[in-house]
Amino acid sequence: MDLKPGSRWKSAVCDTEAVIVRPPGNPGVLECGGQPMIAHAAERPVGLSPAPDRAGGSTAGKRYSDADTGLEVLCTKAGAGSLAISGRPLATAEAKKLPSSD
Amino acid sequence: MHTGLLLEMAAGAAPDRLALGPRSAGITFDELTARARGGASFLAAQGEGTVVFLGLNGPSLPVAVFAAAALGRPFAPLNYRLADADLRRLLARTAPSVAIVDDDMLPRVVGTLGVALVTRSAFEEACRDDAMRAATPEAAEPDVAVLLFTSGTTGEPKAAVLRHANLAAYVISTVEFLGAEEGEAALVSVPPYHIAGVSAVLTGIYGGRRIVHLEAFTPHDWVTTAAAEAITHAMVVPTMLGRILDVLETTGERLPALKALSYGGGRMPLPVIRRALALLPHVDFVNAYGLTETSSTISVLDPEDHRLAVASDDAEVRARLGSVGRPLPSVEIQIRGPAGEALPRCISGEVYVRGEQVSGEYLGKRLTDSDGWFATRDAGWLDPAGYLFLDGRLDDVIVRGGENISPGEIEDVLRAHPAVADVAVIGAPDDRWGERVAAVIVPRGKAPAPEVLADWVKARLRSTKTPETWQFRAELPYNDTGKLLRRVLKAELSAAAA
Repeated sequence: MDLKPGSRWKSAVCDTEAVIVRPPGNPGVLECGGQPMIAHAAERPVGLSPAPDRAGGSTAGKRYSDADTGLEVLCTKAGAGSLAISGRPLATAEAKKLPSSD
Repeated sequence: MHTGLLLEMAAGAAPDRLALGPRSAGITFDELTARARGGASFLAAQGEGTVVFLGLNGPSLPVAVFAAAALGRPFAPLNYRLADADLRRLLARTAPSVAIVDDDMLPRVVGTLGVALVTRSAFEEACRDDAMRAATPEAAEPDVAVLLFTSGTTGEPKAAVLRHANLAAYVISTVEFLGAEEGEAALVSVPPYHIAGVSAVLTGIYGGRRIVHLEAFTPHDWVTTAAAEAITHAMVVPTMLGRILDVLETTGERLPALKALSYGGGRMPLPVIRRALALLPHVDFVNAYGLTETSSTISVLDPEDHRLAVASDDAEVRARLGSVGRPLPSVEIQIRGPAGEALPRCISGEVYVRGEQVSGEYLGKRLTDSDGWFATRDAGWLDPAGYLFLDGRLDDVIVRGGENISPGEIEDVLRAHPAVADVAVIGAPDDRWGERVAAVIVPRGKAPAPEVLADWVKARLRSTKTPETWQFRAELPYNDTGKLLRRVLKAELSAAAA
Protein backbone atom coordinates (compact mmCIF):
# COMPACT_ATOMS: atom_id res chain seq x y z
CA MET A 1 0.00 0.00 0.00
CA ASP A 2 1.79 3.11 -1.24
CA LEU A 3 0.47 5.88 1.00
CA LYS A 4 2.16 8.73 -0.84
CA PRO A 5 1.11 12.36 -0.26
CA GLY A 6 -1.92 13.35 -2.31
CA SER A 7 -2.99 9.75 -3.01
CA ARG A 8 -6.70 9.10 -2.57
CA TRP A 9 -8.32 6.12 -0.89
CA LYS A 10 -11.82 4.94 -0.18
CA SER A 11 -13.36 2.60 2.31
CA ALA A 12 -14.29 -0.93 1.30
CA VAL A 13 -17.15 -0.94 3.80
CA CYS A 14 -18.73 2.56 3.81
CA ASP A 15 -18.79 5.95 2.04
CA THR A 16 -15.58 7.23 3.67
CA GLU A 17 -12.93 8.72 1.40
CA ALA A 18 -9.55 10.14 2.42
CA VAL A 19 -6.44 11.77 0.97
CA ILE A 20 -2.92 11.34 2.35
CA VAL A 21 -1.57 14.62 3.76
CA ARG A 22 1.60 13.17 5.33
CA PRO A 23 2.82 9.64 4.62
CA PRO A 24 3.67 7.20 7.42
CA GLY A 25 7.34 6.94 8.40
CA ASN A 26 7.21 3.17 7.91
CA PRO A 27 4.91 0.96 5.85
CA GLY A 28 1.41 0.38 7.13
CA VAL A 29 -2.08 -0.53 6.01
CA LEU A 30 -4.67 2.26 5.99
CA GLU A 31 -7.98 0.88 7.13
CA CYS A 32 -11.56 1.96 7.50
CA GLY A 33 -14.23 0.08 9.41
CA GLY A 34 -11.73 -2.69 10.07
CA GLN A 35 -10.90 -3.37 6.40
CA PRO A 36 -7.99 -2.13 4.27
CA MET A 37 -8.97 0.94 2.24
CA ILE A 38 -8.94 0.61 -1.53
CA ALA A 39 -7.67 2.89 -4.29
CA HIS A 40 -10.04 5.77 -5.06
CA ALA A 41 -10.55 4.57 -8.63
CA ALA A 42 -11.26 0.97 -7.61
CA GLU A 43 -14.70 -0.64 -7.48
CA ARG A 44 -16.10 -0.93 -3.94
CA PRO A 45 -17.02 -4.53 -3.07
CA VAL A 46 -20.68 -5.10 -2.24
CA GLY A 47 -22.07 -6.38 1.02
CA LEU A 48 -19.34 -5.35 3.47
CA SER A 49 -20.06 -3.26 6.56
CA PRO A 50 -17.88 -1.73 9.29
CA ALA A 51 -16.84 -3.99 12.16
CA PRO A 52 -18.84 -3.03 15.30
CA ASP A 53 -15.73 -1.81 17.15
CA ARG A 54 -14.63 0.20 14.08
CA ALA A 55 -17.92 1.99 13.39
CA GLY A 56 -17.30 5.35 15.08
CA GLY A 57 -17.57 7.13 11.75
CA SER A 58 -15.42 9.65 9.87
CA THR A 59 -16.12 13.34 9.29
CA ALA A 60 -15.38 15.22 6.06
CA GLY A 61 -12.85 18.00 6.51
CA LYS A 62 -11.33 16.47 9.66
CA ARG A 63 -7.67 15.56 9.75
CA TYR A 64 -6.73 12.24 11.29
CA SER A 65 -3.25 11.29 12.40
CA ASP A 66 -1.14 8.58 13.96
CA ALA A 67 1.53 9.62 16.44
CA ASP A 68 3.60 6.44 15.95
CA THR A 69 4.15 6.69 12.20
CA GLY A 70 3.45 10.39 11.57
CA LEU A 71 0.68 9.48 9.12
CA GLU A 72 -1.84 12.24 8.53
CA VAL A 73 -4.94 11.97 6.33
CA LEU A 74 -7.74 14.34 5.47
CA CYS A 75 -11.20 12.80 5.34
CA THR A 76 -12.73 14.03 2.07
CA LYS A 77 -16.05 12.22 2.38
CA ALA A 78 -17.82 11.13 5.53
CA GLY A 79 -18.77 7.53 6.27
CA ALA A 80 -19.83 5.09 8.97
CA GLY A 81 -16.47 3.38 9.46
CA SER A 82 -13.60 4.76 11.52
CA LEU A 83 -10.04 5.19 10.25
CA ALA A 84 -7.02 3.23 11.43
CA ILE A 85 -3.53 2.23 10.39
CA SER A 86 -2.52 -1.41 10.78
CA GLY A 87 -5.18 -1.94 13.41
CA ARG A 88 -4.41 1.25 15.38
CA PRO A 89 -7.22 3.85 15.38
CA LEU A 90 -6.29 7.29 14.06
CA ALA A 91 -6.82 10.32 16.29
CA THR A 92 -8.46 13.53 15.13
CA ALA A 93 -6.03 16.41 15.00
CA GLU A 94 -7.97 19.41 16.29
CA ALA A 95 -6.73 22.40 14.32
CA LYS A 96 -6.83 25.81 15.95
CA LYS A 97 -9.46 27.92 14.25
CA LEU A 98 -7.86 30.86 12.51
CA PRO A 99 -9.57 34.09 11.57
CA SER A 100 -10.39 34.43 7.89
CA SER A 101 -7.69 36.41 6.11
CA ASP A 102 -8.40 36.22 2.35
CA MET B 1 -3.07 17.16 -2.68
CA HIS B 2 -4.98 18.60 -5.64
CA THR B 3 -6.88 21.91 -5.25
CA GLY B 4 -9.72 20.42 -7.30
CA LEU B 5 -10.41 18.15 -4.36
CA LEU B 6 -11.35 21.22 -2.28
CA LEU B 7 -14.34 21.88 -4.53
CA GLU B 8 -15.16 18.17 -4.82
CA MET B 9 -15.36 17.95 -1.01
CA ALA B 10 -17.56 21.03 -0.66
CA ALA B 11 -19.87 19.94 -3.47
CA GLY B 12 -20.05 16.44 -1.99
CA ALA B 13 -21.05 17.65 1.45
CA ALA B 14 -23.13 20.73 0.58
CA PRO B 15 -24.24 20.47 -3.09
CA ASP B 16 -27.12 22.93 -2.75
CA ARG B 17 -25.34 25.61 -0.74
CA LEU B 18 -24.65 28.87 -2.62
CA ALA B 19 -21.00 29.10 -3.61
CA LEU B 20 -20.89 32.22 -5.75
CA GLY B 21 -22.73 35.34 -6.71
CA PRO B 22 -25.60 37.42 -5.39
CA ARG B 23 -28.30 35.96 -3.11
CA SER B 24 -30.92 36.41 -5.81
CA ALA B 25 -29.01 34.64 -8.59
CA GLY B 26 -26.35 32.61 -6.84
CA ILE B 27 -24.53 29.55 -8.12
CA THR B 28 -24.58 26.41 -5.96
CA PHE B 29 -21.57 24.15 -5.35
CA ASP B 30 -23.16 21.57 -7.63
CA GLU B 31 -23.60 24.10 -10.41
CA LEU B 32 -20.04 25.42 -9.95
CA THR B 33 -18.73 21.87 -10.33
CA ALA B 34 -20.75 21.37 -13.51
CA ARG B 35 -19.59 24.70 -14.96
CA ALA B 36 -15.96 23.90 -14.22
CA ARG B 37 -16.42 20.58 -16.02
CA GLY B 38 -18.01 22.27 -19.04
CA GLY B 39 -15.28 24.91 -19.04
CA ALA B 40 -12.56 22.25 -18.87
CA SER B 41 -13.95 20.38 -21.89
CA PHE B 42 -14.15 23.62 -23.84
CA LEU B 43 -10.62 24.77 -22.96
CA ALA B 44 -9.14 21.36 -23.76
CA ALA B 45 -10.58 21.64 -27.28
CA GLN B 46 -9.06 25.10 -27.83
CA GLY B 47 -5.42 24.20 -27.38
CA GLU B 48 -2.74 23.01 -25.03
CA GLY B 49 -0.93 24.55 -22.12
CA THR B 50 -1.52 27.07 -19.37
CA VAL B 51 -5.00 28.51 -18.83
CA VAL B 52 -4.71 32.32 -18.82
CA PHE B 53 -7.39 34.59 -17.37
CA LEU B 54 -7.49 38.18 -18.55
CA GLY B 55 -10.52 39.96 -17.25
CA LEU B 56 -12.51 41.48 -14.43
CA ASN B 57 -13.57 39.66 -11.28
CA GLY B 58 -16.73 37.59 -11.39
CA PRO B 59 -18.14 34.07 -11.02
CA SER B 60 -16.17 33.02 -14.11
CA LEU B 61 -12.92 33.40 -12.18
CA PRO B 62 -13.55 30.48 -9.79
CA VAL B 63 -15.02 28.47 -12.67
CA ALA B 64 -11.81 29.01 -14.66
CA VAL B 65 -9.61 28.22 -11.64
CA PHE B 66 -11.30 24.84 -11.17
CA ALA B 67 -11.52 24.14 -14.91
CA ALA B 68 -7.73 24.55 -15.17
CA ALA B 69 -7.29 22.35 -12.08
CA ALA B 70 -9.50 19.66 -13.62
CA LEU B 71 -7.24 19.63 -16.69
CA GLY B 72 -4.11 19.53 -14.52
CA ARG B 73 -2.91 22.73 -16.16
CA PRO B 74 -1.47 25.88 -14.55
CA PHE B 75 -3.81 28.85 -14.12
CA ALA B 76 -2.30 32.26 -14.88
CA PRO B 77 -4.34 35.42 -14.20
CA LEU B 78 -2.88 38.50 -15.89
CA ASN B 79 -3.02 42.18 -14.98
CA TYR B 80 -5.36 43.87 -17.46
CA ARG B 81 -4.26 47.29 -16.23
CA LEU B 82 -0.83 46.94 -17.82
CA ALA B 83 -0.08 48.98 -20.90
CA ASP B 84 -0.91 47.04 -24.09
CA ALA B 85 2.72 46.39 -25.02
CA ASP B 86 3.56 45.08 -21.51
CA LEU B 87 0.40 42.97 -21.45
CA ARG B 88 1.19 41.37 -24.80
CA ARG B 89 4.76 40.64 -23.70
CA LEU B 90 3.48 38.97 -20.52
CA LEU B 91 0.84 36.98 -22.39
CA ALA B 92 3.46 35.76 -24.87
CA ARG B 93 5.49 34.41 -21.93
CA THR B 94 2.59 32.07 -21.02
CA ALA B 95 2.70 30.24 -24.39
CA PRO B 96 1.68 27.58 -25.12
CA SER B 97 -1.58 28.64 -23.54
CA VAL B 98 -5.32 29.14 -23.87
CA ALA B 99 -6.43 32.60 -22.74
CA ILE B 100 -9.92 33.48 -21.53
CA VAL B 101 -10.20 37.18 -22.35
CA ASP B 102 -12.96 39.65 -21.51
CA ASP B 103 -14.68 40.41 -24.82
CA ASP B 104 -13.82 44.11 -24.74
CA MET B 105 -10.15 43.39 -23.97
CA LEU B 106 -9.69 41.00 -26.88
CA PRO B 107 -8.50 43.63 -29.42
CA ARG B 108 -5.61 44.45 -27.04
CA VAL B 109 -4.04 41.01 -27.38
CA VAL B 110 -5.01 39.54 -30.77
CA GLY B 111 -2.14 37.95 -32.63
CA THR B 112 -0.06 36.92 -29.60
CA LEU B 113 2.09 34.00 -30.75
CA GLY B 114 1.41 30.58 -29.24
CA VAL B 115 -1.73 31.70 -27.41
CA ALA B 116 -5.22 30.46 -28.30
CA LEU B 117 -7.65 33.27 -27.48
CA VAL B 118 -11.24 32.67 -26.38
CA THR B 119 -13.71 35.30 -25.30
CA ARG B 120 -15.14 35.22 -21.82
CA SER B 121 -18.66 35.05 -23.26
CA ALA B 122 -17.77 31.94 -25.32
CA PHE B 123 -16.22 30.34 -22.22
CA GLU B 124 -19.30 31.14 -20.13
CA GLU B 125 -21.61 29.71 -22.77
CA ALA B 126 -19.60 26.47 -22.87
CA CYS B 127 -19.78 26.23 -19.07
CA ARG B 128 -23.58 26.07 -19.35
CA ASP B 129 -23.61 23.66 -22.29
CA ASP B 130 -24.88 20.16 -21.45
CA ALA B 131 -22.70 18.40 -24.01
CA MET B 132 -19.58 20.14 -22.71
CA ARG B 133 -20.51 19.23 -19.14
CA ALA B 134 -20.95 15.58 -20.09
CA ALA B 135 -17.59 15.27 -21.85
CA THR B 136 -14.48 13.96 -20.08
CA PRO B 137 -11.43 15.82 -21.42
CA GLU B 138 -7.94 14.42 -21.09
CA ALA B 139 -6.21 15.65 -17.94
CA ALA B 140 -2.50 15.98 -17.24
CA GLU B 141 -0.91 14.88 -13.96
CA PRO B 142 -1.54 17.95 -11.78
CA ASP B 143 1.53 19.75 -10.47
CA VAL B 144 1.65 23.54 -10.93
CA ALA B 145 -1.69 25.04 -9.91
CA VAL B 146 -1.06 28.75 -10.41
CA LEU B 147 1.47 30.94 -12.18
CA LEU B 148 1.25 34.42 -10.73
CA PHE B 149 3.22 37.31 -12.10
CA THR B 150 4.61 39.58 -9.40
CA SER B 151 3.56 43.21 -9.61
CA GLY B 152 6.92 44.19 -11.04
CA THR B 153 7.37 47.27 -8.84
CA THR B 154 11.13 46.61 -8.99
CA GLY B 155 11.52 45.44 -12.58
CA GLU B 156 10.22 42.93 -15.13
CA PRO B 157 7.43 40.79 -13.54
CA LYS B 158 8.54 37.34 -12.36
CA ALA B 159 6.25 34.30 -12.61
CA ALA B 160 5.81 32.80 -9.15
CA VAL B 161 5.04 29.09 -9.23
CA LEU B 162 2.42 27.81 -6.78
CA ARG B 163 1.95 24.07 -6.77
CA HIS B 164 -1.23 22.23 -5.85
CA ALA B 165 0.60 20.94 -2.77
CA ASN B 166 1.41 24.51 -1.60
CA LEU B 167 -2.08 25.91 -2.06
CA ALA B 168 -3.91 22.86 -0.71
CA ALA B 169 -1.65 22.82 2.37
CA TYR B 170 -2.45 26.50 2.97
CA VAL B 171 -6.19 25.94 2.68
CA ILE B 172 -6.55 22.80 4.78
CA SER B 173 -4.27 24.10 7.54
CA THR B 174 -5.95 27.51 7.88
CA VAL B 175 -9.62 27.01 7.00
CA GLU B 176 -12.25 24.89 8.71
CA PHE B 177 -14.06 22.75 6.12
CA LEU B 178 -17.55 24.21 5.58
CA GLY B 179 -16.90 26.23 8.74
CA ALA B 180 -18.87 29.23 7.51
CA GLU B 181 -22.25 29.80 9.06
CA GLU B 182 -25.37 29.70 6.90
CA GLY B 183 -25.79 33.01 5.12
CA GLU B 184 -22.20 34.21 5.44
CA ALA B 185 -20.76 35.92 2.37
CA ALA B 186 -17.32 37.24 1.47
CA LEU B 187 -16.81 40.27 -0.73
CA VAL B 188 -13.72 39.89 -2.92
CA SER B 189 -12.47 43.12 -4.42
CA VAL B 190 -8.77 42.40 -4.90
CA PRO B 191 -8.18 41.65 -8.59
CA PRO B 192 -7.83 38.12 -10.00
CA TYR B 193 -4.10 38.61 -10.62
CA HIS B 194 -3.35 39.28 -6.91
CA ILE B 195 -2.50 36.28 -4.70
CA ALA B 196 -5.34 37.24 -2.34
CA GLY B 197 -7.76 37.09 -5.29
CA VAL B 198 -6.70 33.51 -6.00
CA SER B 199 -6.52 32.32 -2.40
CA ALA B 200 -9.94 33.89 -1.67
CA VAL B 201 -11.45 31.52 -4.24
CA LEU B 202 -9.92 28.43 -2.63
CA THR B 203 -10.51 29.36 1.02
CA GLY B 204 -14.03 30.61 0.27
CA ILE B 205 -14.99 27.36 -1.45
CA TYR B 206 -13.46 25.12 1.24
CA GLY B 207 -14.97 27.16 4.04
CA GLY B 208 -18.37 27.09 2.32
CA ARG B 209 -18.73 30.86 2.39
CA ARG B 210 -20.51 32.43 -0.57
CA ILE B 211 -18.14 34.54 -2.67
CA VAL B 212 -19.40 37.83 -4.07
CA HIS B 213 -17.01 39.44 -6.53
CA LEU B 214 -16.73 43.15 -7.16
CA GLU B 215 -15.83 43.49 -10.85
CA ALA B 216 -13.26 46.12 -10.02
CA PHE B 217 -12.79 48.12 -6.82
CA THR B 218 -14.34 51.50 -6.22
CA PRO B 219 -15.05 52.50 -2.61
CA HIS B 220 -18.65 53.44 -3.41
CA ASP B 221 -19.42 50.12 -5.13
CA TRP B 222 -17.73 48.23 -2.33
CA VAL B 223 -19.93 49.85 0.32
CA THR B 224 -23.12 49.54 -1.76
CA THR B 225 -22.49 45.86 -2.52
CA ALA B 226 -21.49 45.06 1.05
CA ALA B 227 -24.75 46.56 2.29
CA ALA B 228 -26.99 45.04 -0.41
CA GLU B 229 -25.54 41.52 -0.15
CA ALA B 230 -25.29 41.50 3.68
CA ILE B 231 -21.57 40.81 3.35
CA THR B 232 -20.07 39.29 6.52
CA HIS B 233 -16.40 38.95 5.52
CA ALA B 234 -14.00 40.88 3.29
CA MET B 235 -10.33 41.44 2.61
CA VAL B 236 -8.97 44.79 1.47
CA VAL B 237 -5.58 46.38 0.90
CA PRO B 238 -4.75 49.41 3.07
CA THR B 239 -5.42 52.03 0.41
CA MET B 240 -8.88 50.54 -0.13
CA LEU B 241 -9.73 50.69 3.57
CA GLY B 242 -8.98 54.41 3.84
CA ARG B 243 -11.27 55.16 0.91
CA ILE B 244 -14.01 52.86 2.23
CA LEU B 245 -13.94 54.70 5.56
CA ASP B 246 -14.36 58.01 3.71
CA VAL B 247 -17.56 56.69 2.11
CA LEU B 248 -18.88 55.28 5.39
CA GLU B 249 -18.30 58.60 7.12
CA THR B 250 -20.03 60.54 4.34
CA THR B 251 -23.04 58.26 3.90
CA GLY B 252 -23.53 57.17 7.51
CA GLU B 253 -23.64 53.51 6.39
CA ARG B 254 -22.24 51.23 9.12
CA LEU B 255 -22.62 47.77 7.50
CA PRO B 256 -24.35 46.01 10.40
CA ALA B 257 -23.96 42.55 8.80
CA LEU B 258 -20.18 42.86 8.50
CA LYS B 259 -18.41 40.58 10.99
CA ALA B 260 -14.80 40.47 9.87
CA LEU B 261 -12.55 42.65 7.79
CA SER B 262 -9.02 41.56 7.02
CA TYR B 263 -6.36 43.73 5.50
CA GLY B 264 -2.93 43.13 4.02
CA GLY B 265 -0.81 43.57 0.95
CA GLY B 266 0.97 46.65 2.24
CA ARG B 267 1.75 48.74 5.28
CA MET B 268 -1.40 49.83 7.12
CA PRO B 269 -1.09 53.42 8.38
CA LEU B 270 -1.93 53.46 12.11
CA PRO B 271 -4.33 56.43 11.81
CA VAL B 272 -6.39 54.47 9.26
CA ILE B 273 -6.75 51.31 11.36
CA ARG B 274 -7.53 53.37 14.47
CA ARG B 275 -10.23 55.19 12.53
CA ALA B 276 -11.63 51.86 11.29
CA LEU B 277 -11.74 50.37 14.79
CA ALA B 278 -13.58 53.43 16.09
CA LEU B 279 -16.04 53.61 13.19
CA LEU B 280 -16.87 49.90 13.06
CA PRO B 281 -16.73 48.60 16.64
CA HIS B 282 -18.84 45.53 15.74
CA VAL B 283 -16.26 44.30 13.22
CA ASP B 284 -13.38 41.88 13.88
CA PHE B 285 -10.22 43.21 12.25
CA VAL B 286 -7.46 40.91 11.04
CA ASN B 287 -4.09 42.01 9.74
CA ALA B 288 -2.69 39.36 7.42
CA TYR B 289 0.87 39.29 6.14
CA GLY B 290 1.87 37.10 3.26
CA LEU B 291 3.51 37.03 -0.12
CA THR B 292 2.67 35.61 -3.49
CA GLU B 293 5.53 33.14 -3.02
CA THR B 294 4.00 31.88 0.26
CA SER B 295 0.48 31.11 -1.09
CA SER B 296 -0.92 34.12 0.78
CA THR B 297 -1.06 34.57 4.58
CA ILE B 298 1.82 33.50 6.84
CA SER B 299 1.07 35.60 9.92
CA VAL B 300 -2.03 37.21 11.43
CA LEU B 301 -2.81 39.89 13.98
CA ASP B 302 -6.18 38.63 15.14
CA PRO B 303 -9.24 40.57 16.40
CA GLU B 304 -8.34 40.01 20.06
CA ASP B 305 -4.84 41.40 19.43
CA HIS B 306 -6.41 44.51 17.89
CA ARG B 307 -8.71 45.09 20.88
CA LEU B 308 -5.97 44.47 23.45
CA ALA B 309 -3.59 46.81 21.64
CA VAL B 310 -6.12 49.63 21.64
CA ALA B 311 -7.16 49.16 25.27
CA SER B 312 -3.80 48.41 26.86
CA ASP B 313 -1.65 50.69 29.04
CA ASP B 314 1.39 48.56 28.24
CA ALA B 315 3.49 50.24 25.53
CA GLU B 316 4.63 46.87 24.16
CA VAL B 317 1.03 45.65 23.75
CA ARG B 318 -0.12 48.97 22.26
CA ALA B 319 2.68 48.85 19.69
CA ARG B 320 1.36 45.54 18.34
CA LEU B 321 -1.32 47.37 16.37
CA GLY B 322 1.59 48.21 14.06
CA SER B 323 2.69 44.57 13.82
CA VAL B 324 1.53 41.83 11.46
CA GLY B 325 0.84 39.50 14.36
CA ARG B 326 2.15 36.01 14.93
CA PRO B 327 3.08 33.25 12.46
CA LEU B 328 0.40 30.71 11.53
CA PRO B 329 0.82 27.45 13.51
CA SER B 330 1.71 25.73 10.23
CA VAL B 331 4.66 27.98 9.31
CA GLU B 332 7.95 28.95 10.96
CA ILE B 333 9.46 32.42 10.81
CA GLN B 334 13.08 33.36 11.52
CA ILE B 335 14.91 36.67 11.45
CA ARG B 336 18.40 36.48 10.00
CA GLY B 337 21.34 38.83 9.65
CA PRO B 338 23.34 39.59 6.50
CA ALA B 339 25.54 36.49 6.95
CA GLY B 340 22.49 34.26 7.33
CA GLU B 341 22.84 34.00 11.12
CA ALA B 342 19.67 33.77 13.24
CA LEU B 343 19.08 37.03 15.13
CA PRO B 344 17.65 37.37 18.64
CA ARG B 345 14.30 38.99 19.43
CA CYS B 346 13.94 42.74 18.84
CA ILE B 347 16.81 42.89 16.33
CA SER B 348 15.88 43.75 12.77
CA GLY B 349 17.03 41.55 9.91
CA GLU B 350 15.59 39.67 6.97
CA VAL B 351 12.36 37.69 7.42
CA TYR B 352 12.73 33.99 6.49
CA VAL B 353 9.78 31.62 6.30
CA ARG B 354 9.34 27.87 6.01
CA GLY B 355 6.27 25.66 5.63
CA GLU B 356 4.36 23.46 3.19
CA GLN B 357 2.48 26.44 1.75
CA VAL B 358 5.76 28.20 0.93
CA SER B 359 6.66 27.73 -2.73
CA GLY B 360 9.58 30.17 -2.86
CA GLU B 361 9.85 29.41 -6.53
CA TYR B 362 9.81 31.32 -9.79
CA LEU B 363 9.66 29.75 -13.24
CA GLY B 364 13.04 28.13 -13.71
CA LYS B 365 14.36 29.20 -10.33
CA ARG B 366 13.85 27.78 -6.85
CA LEU B 367 14.74 30.23 -4.09
CA THR B 368 14.23 28.10 -0.98
CA ASP B 369 17.41 26.73 0.59
CA SER B 370 18.06 23.04 1.20
CA ASP B 371 16.20 23.23 4.53
CA GLY B 372 13.15 24.76 2.89
CA TRP B 373 13.66 28.34 4.13
CA PHE B 374 12.56 31.18 1.86
CA ALA B 375 14.12 34.64 2.13
CA THR B 376 11.25 37.12 1.80
CA ARG B 377 13.40 40.24 1.11
CA ASP B 378 11.27 41.90 3.80
CA ALA B 379 13.06 43.53 6.72
CA GLY B 380 11.55 42.86 10.13
CA TRP B 381 11.90 41.80 13.75
CA LEU B 382 10.05 39.82 16.40
CA ASP B 383 9.03 41.33 19.73
CA PRO B 384 9.52 39.38 23.00
CA ALA B 385 6.10 37.73 22.61
CA GLY B 386 6.77 36.70 19.00
CA TYR B 387 4.82 39.40 17.19
CA LEU B 388 6.33 40.24 13.81
CA PHE B 389 7.05 43.85 12.90
CA LEU B 390 7.95 44.74 9.33
CA ASP B 391 10.37 47.50 8.36
CA GLY B 392 9.61 47.41 4.64
CA ARG B 393 11.39 45.81 1.70
CA LEU B 394 15.12 45.26 2.14
CA ASP B 395 15.58 46.87 -1.27
CA ASP B 396 14.00 50.05 0.11
CA VAL B 397 16.32 50.37 3.09
CA ILE B 398 18.25 53.63 2.96
CA VAL B 399 21.98 53.29 3.52
CA ARG B 400 23.24 56.63 4.86
CA GLY B 401 26.95 56.66 5.60
CA GLY B 402 26.91 52.94 6.45
CA GLU B 403 23.83 53.19 8.65
CA ASN B 404 20.76 51.20 7.57
CA ILE B 405 17.61 53.27 7.88
CA SER B 406 14.14 51.79 7.32
CA PRO B 407 11.70 54.17 5.66
CA GLY B 408 8.64 52.66 7.38
CA GLU B 409 9.45 53.93 10.83
CA ILE B 410 9.99 57.49 9.60
CA GLU B 411 6.84 57.35 7.50
CA ASP B 412 4.81 56.26 10.54
CA VAL B 413 6.08 59.22 12.54
CA LEU B 414 5.37 61.71 9.77
CA ARG B 415 1.93 60.26 9.04
CA ALA B 416 0.95 60.97 12.63
CA HIS B 417 1.48 64.72 12.04
CA PRO B 418 -1.89 66.47 11.55
CA ALA B 419 -0.71 68.32 8.43
CA VAL B 420 0.41 65.12 6.67
CA ALA B 421 -2.11 63.15 4.62
CA ASP B 422 0.35 60.69 3.07
CA VAL B 423 4.10 60.29 2.96
CA ALA B 424 6.87 58.30 1.34
CA VAL B 425 10.43 58.24 2.64
CA ILE B 426 13.12 57.18 0.19
CA GLY B 427 16.88 57.37 -0.28
CA ALA B 428 18.13 60.18 -2.50
CA PRO B 429 21.64 60.08 -3.99
CA ASP B 430 24.11 62.04 -1.86
CA ASP B 431 27.78 62.76 -2.63
CA ARG B 432 28.86 62.73 0.98
CA TRP B 433 26.70 59.98 2.58
CA GLY B 434 25.95 57.79 -0.42
CA GLU B 435 22.26 58.25 0.28
CA ARG B 436 20.35 60.78 2.29
CA VAL B 437 16.85 60.55 3.71
CA ALA B 438 14.25 62.27 1.55
CA ALA B 439 10.57 62.71 2.41
CA VAL B 440 7.83 63.17 -0.16
CA ILE B 441 4.78 64.65 1.56
CA VAL B 442 1.14 64.88 0.54
CA PRO B 443 -0.06 67.70 2.79
CA ARG B 444 -3.49 67.81 4.40
CA GLY B 445 -4.56 71.31 3.36
CA LYS B 446 -1.76 73.91 3.32
CA ALA B 447 1.74 72.46 3.12
CA PRO B 448 3.59 72.81 6.45
CA ALA B 449 7.10 74.29 6.60
CA PRO B 450 9.81 71.59 6.28
CA GLU B 451 11.41 72.78 9.54
CA VAL B 452 8.19 72.04 11.41
CA LEU B 453 8.15 68.47 10.12
CA ALA B 454 11.89 68.04 10.69
CA ASP B 455 11.47 69.08 14.33
CA TRP B 456 8.55 66.65 14.64
CA VAL B 457 10.74 63.75 13.49
CA LYS B 458 13.77 64.88 15.51
CA ALA B 459 11.68 64.87 18.68
CA ARG B 460 10.75 61.22 18.09
CA LEU B 461 13.62 59.48 16.30
CA ARG B 462 17.41 59.46 16.17
CA SER B 463 18.72 62.57 14.37
CA THR B 464 20.21 60.63 11.43
CA LYS B 465 16.66 59.56 10.59
CA THR B 466 15.44 63.11 10.06
CA PRO B 467 14.81 63.73 6.38
CA GLU B 468 17.20 66.24 4.80
CA THR B 469 15.25 66.69 1.58
CA TRP B 470 11.58 67.60 1.49
CA GLN B 471 9.23 67.48 -1.43
CA PHE B 472 5.51 68.24 -1.52
CA ARG B 473 3.09 66.82 -4.05
CA ALA B 474 -0.64 66.31 -4.55
CA GLU B 475 -0.52 62.50 -4.45
CA LEU B 476 1.84 59.55 -4.36
CA PRO B 477 2.14 56.95 -7.12
CA TYR B 478 0.48 53.66 -6.15
CA ASN B 479 -0.25 50.66 -8.32
CA ASP B 480 -3.85 49.41 -8.36
CA THR B 481 -3.30 46.94 -5.53
CA GLY B 482 -2.04 49.66 -3.24
CA LYS B 483 1.72 49.19 -3.51
CA LEU B 484 3.66 52.43 -3.35
CA LEU B 485 5.85 52.81 -6.43
CA ARG B 486 9.04 53.95 -4.67
CA ARG B 487 11.04 53.30 -7.81
CA VAL B 488 9.08 56.06 -9.58
CA LEU B 489 9.70 58.54 -6.76
CA LYS B 490 13.37 57.60 -6.61
CA ALA B 491 13.84 58.11 -10.33
CA GLU B 492 12.19 61.52 -10.09
CA LEU B 493 14.38 62.58 -7.19
CA SER B 494 17.55 61.40 -8.94
CA ALA B 495 16.52 63.24 -12.09
CA ALA B 496 15.85 66.42 -10.10
CA ALA B 497 19.27 66.19 -8.45
CA ALA B 498 21.15 65.59 -11.70
